[in-house]
Amino acid sequence: MHGRPRKPLKEEDESVLSAKAEKLHSLQSQFLANHQNRIYTKEALDLSAKLLEINPECYTAWNYRKLAVQHNLSESNSDSDASLFDQELKVVENALKKNFKSYGAWHHRKWVLSKGHSSIDNELRLLNDFQKADARNFHAWNYRRFVTALMKISDEDELKYTEKVIGVNFSNYSAWHNRSVLLSTLFKRKAEGFSHKEKVLQEEYKYVHSAIFTDSDDQSGWFYHLWLIDQTVKNDAPLLVSSWPSHGANITLNGNNSLHGSGLSLLNSTLSDTKTLPVILCFNQAVEGVNSSTVVVKSELLKEDLVWKPLSTNNSSTAQVWVVYLNMGNMKLQLSKTYSIEINIGHSMGILSSNGYHYGAPSQITFEVCVQTAYTEPVDGQRGKLTSWKDNDFRKIDHFEESNPAVSADHHIPTTSNWCMEAIDEEITNFQDLSDCKIRKLTLARLLIALDLLSPQHDKRKNHTEEVLKLYTELMKLDPTHSLYYKDEHSLLLLQQITSSRESLIPYCHYYKDASETNTSYVCLRLQNLSLSRMGSFENLLWVQMLDLSHNELRSIEGLEAMQLLSCLNLSHNKFGSFTALGPLRLLKSLKVLNISCNELGSHSIDTRRYLCSSPLAHSEVFAWDRFEILCGSYSATKFWEAFLIFESLNLTDLNIAGNAVADENFASFIVKVLPTLKLLNDEEL
Amino acid sequence: MGELVAEKRLRYILSIEKKKDSFESVVMEHLRMNGAYWGLTTLDLLGKLDTVDVDEVVSWIISCHHHDGGFAGNVGHDPHILYTLSAVQVLALFNKLHLIDADKVTNYIVSLQNEDGSFSGDIWGEVDTRFSYIAICCLSILRRLDRINVENAVKYIISCKNMDGGFGCTPGGESHAGQIFCCVGALAITGSLDLVDKDLLGWWLCERQVKSGGLNGRPEKLPDVCYSWWVLSSLIMIDRVHWISKG
Repeated sequence: MHGRPRKPLKEEDESVLSAKAEKLHSLQSQFLANHQNRIYTKEALDLSAKLLEINPECYTAWNYRKLAVQHNLSESNSDSDASLFDQELKVVENALKKNFKSYGAWHHRKWVLSKGHSSIDNELRLLNDFQKADARNFHAWNYRRFVTALMKISDEDELKYTEKVIGVNFSNYSAWHNRSVLLSTLFKRKAEGFSHKEKVLQEEYKYVHSAIFTDSDDQSGWFYHLWLIDQTVKNDAPLLVSSWPSHGANITLNGNNSLHGSGLSLLNSTLSDTKTLPVILCFNQAVEGVNSSTVVVKSELLKEDLVWKPLSTNNSSTAQVWVVYLNMGNMKLQLSKTYSIEINIGHSMGILSSNGYHYGAPSQITFEVCVQTAYTEPVDGQRGKLTSWKDNDFRKIDHFEESNPAVSADHHIPTTSNWCMEAIDEEITNFQDLSDCKIRKLTLARLLIALDLLSPQHDKRKNHTEEVLKLYTELMKLDPTHSLYYKDEHSLLLLQQITSSRESLIPYCHYYKDASETNTSYVCLRLQNLSLSRMGSFENLLWVQMLDLSHNELRSIEGLEAMQLLSCLNLSHNKFGSFTALGPLRLLKSLKVLNISCNELGSHSIDTRRYLCSSPLAHSEVFAWDRFEILCGSYSATKFWEAFLIFESLNLTDLNIAGNAVADENFASFIVKVLPTLKLLNDEEL
Repeated sequence: MGELVAEKRLRYILSIEKKKDSFESVVMEHLRMNGAYWGLTTLDLLGKLDTVDVDEVVSWIISCHHHDGGFAGNVGHDPHILYTLSAVQVLALFNKLHLIDADKVTNYIVSLQNEDGSFSGDIWGEVDTRFSYIAICCLSILRRLDRINVENAVKYIISCKNMDGGFGCTPGGESHAGQIFCCVGALAITGSLDLVDKDLLGWWLCERQVKSGGLNGRPEKLPDVCYSWWVLSSLIMIDRVHWISKG
């Protein structure tokens, strides 16, 4: 049993226990013999009842009793059957007295009930007794849900029951949990009185205050409160959050390094050295069903149906970000002519969230493409675009060509009803008085973020980002046990702040030295030395082709797979501890230059990204064992297989892995074999 | 100092194996198969697996094997999915999996999957997400995961997801660290962790740490060292273990 210290036994106790042990042992042996020989006499049954009273965990005895009941059931005499079942219920009650957490006992009772026996009053009485004995007994709560379903007691009545229980003691997480389950069901089927979520939620906020303001150390009400906030803010229907190209964009394709640019613009991008044009759709949640029927692409360029792919590191068929590649090289294009492409999303049903909600509002994106120079195959020996990450090789950009302040796409976001903002606003007033209470500060931070999320884009109201960043910094000191949690949240919010507008982005945008023209091919977003422990805001970064995240504290790049245009990436001087952490890179088809020097690859025995990366261990992928064995040769397979998993599908020209525990000579020669396109390793020509 | 402690642990485990007659031992006779798993893997971690008579253990395990393919907790008891996993795990530990008919064991487990994707513990029909984990883990060891309906199994587990991001034993069941370990483990093995709200669950798991530094299994309950395993390994699988103090 939990929480009880173990004490050594006294001599008298030892002999008493020894006798007990012998008695139980003989009971169990006799029982097993009866079971083996299928003896279901009254004597045998009584023996099993005795056994279960002492040891309700003896599961075979419960099986035996069911067999006995089946054996002794008569077809004609329903009275004797009833008494048979009564006997079983009694045995269960006795067993539960010994151990009210016995899985076997509770299941046996369910089995009896499923035969159509017992009165509902009896069961509810039993449950009330257990509630008094231990209000958190999850077996009893599970059994309660079983009984109420069997006897068709309404969710509304059960809701009232949770109020009764909470009234006795608000610190009943089990009751709050049950409340969330019941309300979810009532909302989903739009039951009478529950079709207007807002009224119900407003009442719930008031109701939970009694729990959270009485004792702030008690967690029971806080998680329920967090759930209420989520219910207030969340948008069930999937929506498009951003895309690349954006609506109204002008995309230029340059076949090779050349020619004139048009000033730095996020809307009007230039892609060099490529003949494929990606179209990226970024939704607010994971969806399935993005295909050529649900997303219709119209253009004189396209002759065949397009295949949309979900960007999932798990090889899943649902993803938050989807991409399709238009193969411009195959099309008969006139140089310098502008072609229009129109994308219609969700005009026919089919795009679904994992909760089964359909795509919110049909939308359209139109952009233009122009090929300046024809694509030519790269000359052998040609290096990647960027060959250095040094400060001197970059110069700041001082302005964007566009004047439009908003960077995020102008997609139709349905206007949030006022009550959401009012509810959150109201909650915020309750949390203004902070004292040094960790959970209150954290809740205030979450509420302010929720408020900003709900505020319409064009609202000039100042957002609360600075205030929340400050709260997280304070929380890191107030609750050092969880400081990395607050740090992650801080990083996410900081990134959102930086990427939310052109003004905020500009200080981080630089031109690379060789750029003879001003176009986005040579713009590097430099986010170094920001103490970032986590990456985010990818929906605002789809346009980025070169990214420097060096000198931060990143351990993972979850979500980075959305950045399909990425060709040069610097992750040096971070905290990447495993190759599996680089999983998202496998989906970056354009990646040519990668710097992961000075990390912790090979330093950790535990891999926390293992099951978050598609691999044979997660049963989501077939591993190219044959090729691996050939390349690996005599080297340690266990050390290298993850590196092979990540790199074998990449076409890198530059790679820097120096300064990692795993990067010895053996590894270097292995990786060179895995990457035939590699021209530069650790800053040295091959 | 570290050596002394390891020595003590070794002696403790070997002693309980021998003390079959104590009350503690008798009352847990029916789940000896589980005990074998926990005890033997601990010995292996301590590097002392060779102190055990492998043949004796293996022949005892085989004597618990039933015709339907399942394993019992001890000789004379009924087969159950709980002990089937422990048996397979111990045989795998000793590299003796070839001694059993893997297809037969697989068929036993496959027969326990229900239409909604859930798994029963045995023919008597108790459903619990623990059994989902057991089925998936066991078949993964036997390399026959494709014999069950993985999609439905995952769907059922997700239907047990709660408001706090955690998982219970059945749909609507309260979040509990042990159940969470099972559900997260099953989703990990089937490559479905994208269906977990890692931030929400990670935070709930972090909050299991109480003032003394120990971990509890759910809010407002007492800490216990067993929860260190369920909570920490869950945090590791969803890559949020850095959110909890190392102290």
